Amino acid sequence: MSENPERPPAASGSSGSSGAAPAKRTPTERTPVGPKIAGAKRAAPKKTGAKQVSRREFPFLIVGWSVFTAAMAMGLTAVGRFLFPNVLTEPPSTFKAGFPDDFSIGVVDTRFKERYQVWIVRDEEKIYALSTICTHLGCTPNWLEAESKFKCPCHGSGFYATGINFEGPAPRPLERVGVSLADDGQLLIDKSRLFKFEASQWEDPASFLALT
Amino acid sequence: MLNRILGPLRGAWKEATDSQIWSSIFRHGKPVSNRNRALVMMSNVFLHLHPVKSRKAGIKLRYTWCMGGITFFLFLALTFTGLLLMFYYRPTVEYAYADIVDLQEHVPLGIMRELHRWGAHAMVITVWLHMLRVFMTGSYKPPREFNWGIGVVLLVLTLLLSFTGYLLPWDQLAIWAITVGSNMARATPLLGTEGPLSASLTLGDINLINSGNDARFALLGARSVGQPTLLRFYVLHCVGLPLIAAFLMAVHFWRVRKDGGISGPL
Repeated sequence: MSENPERPPAASGSSGSSGAAPAKRTPTERTPVGPKIAGAKRAAPKKTGAKQVSRREFPFLIVGWSVFTAAMAMGLTAVGRFLFPNVLTEPPSTFKAGFPDDFSIGVVDTRFKERYQVWIVRDEEKIYALSTICTHLGCTPNWLEAESKFKCPCHGSGFYATGINFEGPAPRPLERVGVSLADDGQLLIDKSRLFKFEASQWEDPASFLALT
Repeated sequence: MLNRILGPLRGAWKEATDSQIWSSIFRHGKPVSNRNRALVMMSNVFLHLHPVKSRKAGIKLRYTWCMGGITFFLFLALTFTGLLLMFYYRPTVEYAYADIVDLQEHVPLGIMRELHRWGAHAMVITVWLHMLRVFMTGSYKPPREFNWGIGVVLLVLTLLLSFTGYLLPWDQLAIWAITVGSNMARATPLLGTEGPLSASLTLGDINLINSGNDARFALLGARSVGQPTLLRFYVLHCVGLPLIAAFLMAVHFWRVRKDGGISGPL
């Protein structure tokens, strides 16, 4: 308060045209700012010993590192996305397998094993499709016609034509996949739907095509 | 405000640098003394290839143009993008061109191949500019003659990388460019079927150098550009030449240090 009487003449001398402005910017606000900065500048290096960032550099540091971080994040995202193509050359999970009459009773059809990884089996009352993935560790068993069983070459698991396991390490039966009739009367196999025996899902009508 | 943001950051940084993990990796104190600054350079497998000390004038941008550094950066970028391209590209006559098209259309953004292509063009340019700078500043003079020689080999390797990569898209441009380019190998002295002195390599009536065993055949793996050529150029482009280049780059950077640092009067 003691400074006030000295200041007004100086303020009015520098900007005489605007009389209201000097009154708002009181000298008491302005004067302490200088010493504060100077004090901080002198004291900080003693404390940390680290290089001090000046007020002028600070915004550039923030902007610079933000841009760098954003660029790296975008780059990494692009690289991560690059690993997942928009187009796959795999066969579709749903496919038509011919007419029910193409399949004979008691025969395991292995024509679709190579491309679609399913066996199609017809018994007296229905047609069902088995996934060719062994329930032990995921190898592909072979259908042995002479022995009427699926035999896995990896660890010797054996399955009946129904898919039920009866020998070797496989802990559960082969899984069945969805079977239905398409509009044109062909079998429609849907590999995206799996039916497990141990969950009583083989009774689900979507898991087989009933032949009456 | 400044200290409110930087304060906690400094605390976390100090905590990290005081930890056992940090001190097991960096076996020297903070680079606040000249001794520690030298240790930073010497105890790091990557940095130790650099000079421990450089003159400020020697690393000025308007003196070096940073062309060697940019070339090296481009080499790293090309290695990285090239590695990603290898996930999709198959070097066979049947698939090569389709895979290149797929890389633009079936893969998100579709610029990975462009990055690789433009980066390669840029590297050829920067490597020439680097050579120009070294020449203009007289940095090839003793004791740096050996490193100039290494640099010339690296220049040739860069051009060969560019040449072998040019075939891989397997379009008309690529096939005919390599056909024309490899025709030069016919004129190799002694080892090219049309080159000087090769006609003198005979065993009785038999010409020892013919189109089935000359330098051009070794390059193409066939008498004309075909599947064996594509595979040879692919292996050279992705494995052989980059390995040699990386090895020589290590020697190049090491010699920069041993020959008195980034150029400038000794």
